Amino acid sequence: MKLLYFAWLRQKIGVESEQVTLPDAVTDVAGLVTWLKSRGDNYANALLNDKVIKVAVNQAYARPNTPLKDSDEVALFPPVTGG
Amino acid sequence: MIRVQREDFDVGAEMRALSAGDTGIGGLASFVGLVRDMTGGTGPSAMTLEHYEGMTQKQLAEVEAEARRRWELSGVTLIHRFGRLEPGDQIVLVLTASPHRQAALESCAFLIDWLKTRAPFWKLEETPQGSHWVEARSSDDAAAARWTQDTDKLRS
Repeated sequence: MKLLYFAWLRQKIGVESEQVTLPDAVTDVAGLVTWLKSRGDNYANALLNDKVIKVAVNQAYARPNTPLKDSDEVALFPPVTGG
Repeated sequence: MIRVQREDFDVGAEMRALSAGDTGIGGLASFVGLVRDMTGGTGPSAMTLEHYEGMTQKQLAEVEAEARRRWELSGVTLIHRFGRLEPGDQIVLVLTASPHRQAALESCAFLIDWLKTRAPFWKLEETPQGSHWVEARSSDDAAAARWTQDTDKLRS
């Protein structure tokens, strides 16, 4: 799965994108966020306040129960501030 | 017409392009977003707009499609810039064209409100004290939500 991070999430995690293989137990967005938090202090810190984090699956806004598959592009980012 | 670009834009040229050749248009409405000086003129400031390239175009297209479902529109122009911008620079342009002014004015307001809460852009502000990410404002969510309430009212 391709993961992308933006804005302060990217800065806190330290990479802008990465390729990961999901554990079998991770099947949806909520599971992904929980798993990412366990991958290191930088992830745990970046995702500490996970209520504010937005997740997009294949460039469309997703919900915690949105299902995931290995071919998905998943982006995590803070609330948007354009316009 | 949707464009996401680093370059500046010419509002007059975009308005002429939107209305050219369509004499059924009765009016154009416009919104131009500018970089506001956050230091109160006390020092250099600038901002860098980051965006999620693949998703931006898609989200803007969805916002435009929603506006076209709600109002009778002859044309829509959405231009959003990214990269480094300085106070006074243009960031975003929303133009709507319609046979009737009310549709043009209302859809223009709707488009900027929805775009602000949906299009994946983030502002990094540079000030003499350092750089920081601009935080989303609850007033922006409230502005976007009022269009949902309006729809609910119409339906009830």
